[in-house]
Amino acid sequence: MDEEHIPAPARRTLGGWLLIGVPYLWLLIFFLAPFLIVFKISLSQVAIAIPPYTPTFDLGEGWQAIWDGVTEFSVENYLWLTEDALYWKSYLSSVIIAGISTLLTLLIGYPIAYGMARSPQSLRPTLLMLVILPFWTSFLIRVYAWIGILKNEGLLNQLLLSLGLISEPLTILNTNIAVYIGIVYSYLPFLVLPLYASLERLDGSLLEAAEDLGCPPWKAFWKITVPLSLPGVIAGCFLVFIPAVGEFVIPDLLGGSDTLMIGKTLWSEFFNNRDWPVSSAVAVILLLILVIPIVLFQNQQQKMSENN
Amino acid sequence: MTLKSMLTGVAVLSLMSGAALAQDRVVNVYNWSDYIDESILEDFTKETGIKVVYDVFDSNEVLETKLLAGGTGYDVVVPTGTFLARQIQAGVFAPLDKSKLSNLSNMWKDIEARVEKYDPGNAHSINYMWGTTGIGYNVEKVKAALGEDAPVNSWDLIFKPENIEKLKECGVHMLDAPAEMIPAALKYSGFDPDSKDPAEIEKAGELLKSIRPSIQKFHSSEYINALANGDICVAIGWSGDVLQARDRAAEADNGVTVEYSIPKEGAQMWFDQMAIPADAPHMEEAHEFLNYIMRPDVAAKASNFVYYANGNKASQEKLNEDVIGDTAIYPDEETVSNLYTTTPYPPKVQRVVTRTWTGVKSGQ
Repeated sequence: MDEEHIPAPARRTLGGWLLIGVPYLWLLIFFLAPFLIVFKISLSQVAIAIPPYTPTFDLGEGWQAIWDGVTEFSVENYLWLTEDALYWKSYLSSVIIAGISTLLTLLIGYPIAYGMARSPQSLRPTLLMLVILPFWTSFLIRVYAWIGILKNEGLLNQLLLSLGLISEPLTILNTNIAVYIGIVYSYLPFLVLPLYASLERLDGSLLEAAEDLGCPPWKAFWKITVPLSLPGVIAGCFLVFIPAVGEFVIPDLLGGSDTLMIGKTLWSEFFNNRDWPVSSAVAVILLLILVIPIVLFQNQQQKMSENN
Repeated sequence: MTLKSMLTGVAVLSLMSGAALAQDRVVNVYNWSDYIDESILEDFTKETGIKVVYDVFDSNEVLETKLLAGGTGYDVVVPTGTFLARQIQAGVFAPLDKSKLSNLSNMWKDIEARVEKYDPGNAHSINYMWGTTGIGYNVEKVKAALGEDAPVNSWDLIFKPENIEKLKECGVHMLDAPAEMIPAALKYSGFDPDSKDPAEIEKAGELLKSIRPSIQKFHSSEYINALANGDICVAIGWSGDVLQARDRAAEADNGVTVEYSIPKEGAQMWFDQMAIPADAPHMEEAHEFLNYIMRPDVAAKASNFVYYANGNKASQEKLNEDVIGDTAIYPDEETVSNLYTTTPYPPKVQRVVTRTWTGVKSGQ
């Protein structure tokens, strides 16, 4: 009897391990390994060769050769990043642009998600579909379409001119305003979806109770809906902010030549300077800038839930 | 779809392509966009039975990054001379097997001599096209802004603040190519356009920054349409591209007249070279393709289509009169003697160049 019962939890543990192992394996292969390669390149030196840096490792050459390569590593590329103001200006400007864009996305996304969650049950799948629909067209083409809308002779200016609202075309394309429009438009679904999920789960009886106890609707919204949707707000904001910081396509196509973003700086290091080591260092620092606040935030969340 | 059925699918696909490879001969060509008469590719397949897989890029930087990463799968690529030189050094290209290139005798000795600077002995490449970097302008609009005697044949048009400020209103584009714009600014400032001295490069950067407020856009292909449509009045651009704009404007009959000029102070001459990567999977076919391109009638057909000069002497009698007779495409002796070429920047100087260029573009 006992023999039949004892192995059961052991099997479950093994299955459990396997289940946890899959996402870990995924992270190992698609996050950690590429990161280590980029980190390794960031410690290398530029060379005129294929690939254009040194040292390169070949397992066939034996451990001694690999060790000799390791001794060539240096942090010179990271020091370089501190010497030229261009880099920290790019980081700062990217964080600011991404931050403002995230805020704007939230202001537009919250009412959309709220409206969706409050709409009749039968309508929700259709609304959800409409939010996802733009993904069926290539991201690149949708950004290109904005060029047609925003340019001086574009649709927006023609509309405003014909309505008599402006007398001269507005220059929007190739400015930071166009970048904001592009980011808000492109990342809006990433904010709406998690927000909708958390708003939809909201227990309606809480609001009813508030109403019964004489709480005005706006206060109920502020005291109940907003705090309970906070996890969705935070998840959505991270989903917008993180890719927006490193965004390249939108500032390249819609931004002007004075739009400074780290994605463009990284591109020019990689392509114009052929400096893979420095561009790798730029990427590693970018990752740190993004990861540190997330880790700090998670720690704080954990502490809060433990205290509760 | 389960993993197993996916794997089976992949296996079947690779078997199929393996079988296809055994039967068909293929050559993978990677060339600049809008840079060939596509009937040349069809004719090549008809004559040789070799299928051409044709792919395009729009900047040397993109091509170079792919080549330096290795294993591109391309058999023929077309870098510009300065980039080619560095790529040869990095070991990107296979030396040409000249015994397979019987049409080499058609090539133009003068151009080969100039290419020596990038590819000693012309060992790794053949010239596809060459051209100059000069000024494309809208004749009427420039006259309206600067009067009858506007200095359209001089860099004064661009680098003199009083001129460029008047052109700002009607729109000025500049190539987003530091390796061409900085030499032009160096030349105008009285320095060697091929200077590798950081101090001189920074001075050239200062000159470019001083006219920066009058530049509407830094871009390397948009100016073709913008000139043709009359959206802008001046572009610093590549000869053949400006001439394509001229022809598009003429065809559209929209009252826009575009002209190209090589500034009298001197302009940059560049060479786009066809070469074979060392790891090309189809060496034999690549050589056949190169040999085909060097046939006089083929080279002439290509130039007649793209309005660039080619390095094929024997093709010249087959060129249309509006190509061989146009000094904007085939400049006269005197103009040619005024053209300069540049060499690749060493890594440390390259950084100064790119940094200067970022500064010019962003105003930082």
